[in-house]
Amino acid sequence: MPEILERRTIIHSTLHTSAPIQEPEMVEPRRLHTEEMVLNVGPQHPSTHGVLRLEVILDGELVVDVIPHIGYLHRCFEKHAEHMTYPQVIPYVDRMDYIAAMSGEHGYVTAVERMMNIEVPEKVEYIRVLFAELQRIASHSIAIGTYGLDAGAFTPFLYLFRDRETILEMFEKTCGARFLYNYMWIGGLSHDLHPDVLPMCREFVKQSRATHKEINNLLTFNHIFMERTAGIGVLDPQVAINGGASGPMLRACGVKWDVRKNDPYSIYDRFDFDVAVGSSEYATLGDSFNRHWVRMQEWEQSLNIIEQILEQYPINDTTDVQSAIPKRIKPDGEIYSRTETPRGELGFYIVGKGDVKPWRVKPRSPAFSNLSLLPLISRGYLIADLIVILGSIDIVLGEIDR
Amino acid sequence: MTHSEIIVLLRSRFGDAIGQWHDMSSDNAYQRQMGSYLDVTEPGVIQKLAFFLRDEKGLEFNNLILLSTLDNSDGSLSVVYHVESTQYQHELTFKVTLPRDNAKVPTVCTVWSHANWHEREAWDMMGIRFEGHPDHRRILLEEDYPGHPLRKDFREPDFYHGMKVPY
Amino acid sequence: MQILQAIYEFFAGLLKPGMLSLLLSILVYAAIPLVFILLYALVAILGEMKISAWLQDRLGPMRTGPKGTLQPIADIMKLLQKEDTTPTAADRTLYQLAPWVIFIGAYAAFAVLPFSAVYIGARINTGVFYILSIGSLTVVSILLAGWGSNNKYSLIGAMRSVAQIISYEIPVALAVLTVVLVAGSMDLQTIANLQGGGIQNWFLFGGPKRIAGFGGSMNIVLTPVMLIAFAIYFVGSLAETNRVPFDVPEAESELVAGYHTEYSGMKFAIFFLAEYASMFAVGSIAATLFLGGWQSPFGYTSATIGIFWFILKGLAFVFVQMWIRWTLPRLRVDQVMNVCWKVLIPFGLVAVVAASVLTVALK
Repeated sequence: MPEILERRTIIHSTLHTSAPIQEPEMVEPRRLHTEEMVLNVGPQHPSTHGVLRLEVILDGELVVDVIPHIGYLHRCFEKHAEHMTYPQVIPYVDRMDYIAAMSGEHGYVTAVERMMNIEVPEKVEYIRVLFAELQRIASHSIAIGTYGLDAGAFTPFLYLFRDRETILEMFEKTCGARFLYNYMWIGGLSHDLHPDVLPMCREFVKQSRATHKEINNLLTFNHIFMERTAGIGVLDPQVAINGGASGPMLRACGVKWDVRKNDPYSIYDRFDFDVAVGSSEYATLGDSFNRHWVRMQEWEQSLNIIEQILEQYPINDTTDVQSAIPKRIKPDGEIYSRTETPRGELGFYIVGKGDVKPWRVKPRSPAFSNLSLLPLISRGYLIADLIVILGSIDIVLGEIDR
Repeated sequence: MTHSEIIVLLRSRFGDAIGQWHDMSSDNAYQRQMGSYLDVTEPGVIQKLAFFLRDEKGLEFNNLILLSTLDNSDGSLSVVYHVESTQYQHELTFKVTLPRDNAKVPTVCTVWSHANWHEREAWDMMGIRFEGHPDHRRILLEEDYPGHPLRKDFREPDFYHGMKVPY
Repeated sequence: MQILQAIYEFFAGLLKPGMLSLLLSILVYAAIPLVFILLYALVAILGEMKISAWLQDRLGPMRTGPKGTLQPIADIMKLLQKEDTTPTAADRTLYQLAPWVIFIGAYAAFAVLPFSAVYIGARINTGVFYILSIGSLTVVSILLAGWGSNNKYSLIGAMRSVAQIISYEIPVALAVLTVVLVAGSMDLQTIANLQGGGIQNWFLFGGPKRIAGFGGSMNIVLTPVMLIAFAIYFVGSLAETNRVPFDVPEAESELVAGYHTEYSGMKFAIFFLAEYASMFAVGSIAATLFLGGWQSPFGYTSATIGIFWFILKGLAFVFVQMWIRWTLPRLRVDQVMNVCWKVLIPFGLVAVVAASVLTVALK
């Protein structure tokens, strides 16, 4: 007797010792035993954008639930900050949101300056806003590019990196660092603007507008890409506000909320730009496509702001960029100050007790709040959609884990 | 609504549970990012207060910006709530102070779901219990990590799982 | 057959006529496609690197050899030296078997490809049918790999792949059937022979005049049908070889690497080789069925030049596959199925019915 048949007989005989051997019943599909499967996505996985771990409970390919596990990149920012002087915290802020370090610095130094009532020279403000907006384009380039990667399109990613390279070059010329700058100091800047930067910037705006158009053709309005992203991971505006969403994630729901407009800081009130919001023209409001679409529009708006800066920039102003840096940084009291980084509302809750070291620095990290909405918007979609939704949130684990 | 109007409304509703208003607007030009805050003396009232702030006509604080914690280093811990209304564009900061050895406060994540992860982080880092929280686990550190590192008296363990901690 | 005869005579002269010489000559004869696959794979790997670099505005490999041309050799050396791991929890037999089965499937398809008038591995009168059935071997091996790896990503990839490949066999078969109906033969060499004499005789444009009837004027009626069939075959073949935009079984952003997540070293290289081999195979079948096979687009051609045209057409298809690979995003698994069942199969049926009615009516 063949082995398989033999084994089957044994099983049969053990099951029905006394009863006669009978043919097994037809298995009806709904009586089939199915089980949920737990799939561990990350922390080593190509598209978790760092070291995020998602415990995904799957029914076939359908996502039943997602449990994010964070903390793999926890570097004790808050504890460190309590043991550093105020200026020494800036490099640690860089390492929070390492994709948009300039924006993070801007948020932190603005908070401390507001605490101490420091008037920053106009020139410094212009350079800060210029760099923050360039950083926004660089960060959105990565967000859009990796979003394309998540959807399977490889090429836009490299086109975007080519342009991002120009931005990093400008930063490098000015402050010597390409990624983690320690450029914005409390009350000033570490270096004056490099003379090459303004001409480079003019060139860049032209180039970037061309790339923007190209990416729209290649990725945004690609039929497959739209099919993949439209209507996926829909977030309701009320739920988004209640859940603490900010940045492109909130604006994709159609909520016109941008800290640069609603709570202006620095010199953003001098520039004319639109708050990009999602539109129901191409896809459902608040879905993954709109989050991408908001980023594409913000890219364009940032270019508008940069053009205005290039017009208004006080070229003949010879103010020393370090002139307003206070000798003693010992603020007293507490403050919550927020800025709009590429990922959303980055706030700093700082408590000072008249010491050189802050008593408490608590950042409100936008990616942390946005990621906490992931389980809510990914239930009931396929595993391929989960990756797309995660990509559309644009997380940076350095900021989530701090 | 201005801060003083909000405080009057809250006092009329919650009475003695609403403590002192620390106004710091005089020496700061930025009105909306003020360091002013309201003391809430009764921790048990927090959830009711939160529902009131969110649902009362005219207040509608629909956005919990940030939930943070403080170690006051005098035997007490604080939980700080920054809330704002996206509709009326006003914001409020309130602070509840808890005893260090029995830090417990009702959760507000039924009011603002944003509080969910922030309260987990507050438990993880500062050791404050949030009563009624649906998923009261640590968030950044391991489940078995000894102590709550953001307390000012925290000393890191010499050994963790047999590994020497300060290299 | 002439080539096999020549090889046999060479061995018979060297050793002595008989069984041994016959066996040896068959082995050597069978190794010709293998050598071709290996050489082609080197070109295709370099091509993929350079084409993707060209599309992405970068240089690609530049350090190994002149302009990086030795990069594929370096890559193969690297893969050979790598540790060949088997996960502890894997089903060893199935795990080890899978890469060989997939390669056998891809390699066996080369047996009936008509490289030219004189060189075809085995001229069988059901060549098209053979190709379609041997292509199904891929499914078996992917399932073996997915199940044998004992990895959830592999399993999901394998499940997707099986559903996808089995579904896409239907539109591919329908498209092929359209050509077979018009040509009246399932022998690939016959189909290639029919299309001699230039571009106007290709099946893409309705086939040779004597088949279309009425002195070839009816080609105009047949051409749209054949264009539909060609499009269906091309899309279906992309899905059958798991290429973008239908690469859901190995979708690297979702499933790490799909069914070959656990494979390393030489086993991975064989999966890779099989994928490239089947890329060429489906491309050259498309060329044989629709674009005249080894026939020149400009009039009649000799047997040796035929090989050049055949490989050129096959490589052109490989190039288009790569071009698509580096341009388009990936479809979702249910969208892949929608394309197959709701678009390709209905159009395929229309093409088959139209082709049969037209061939009967026009003859």
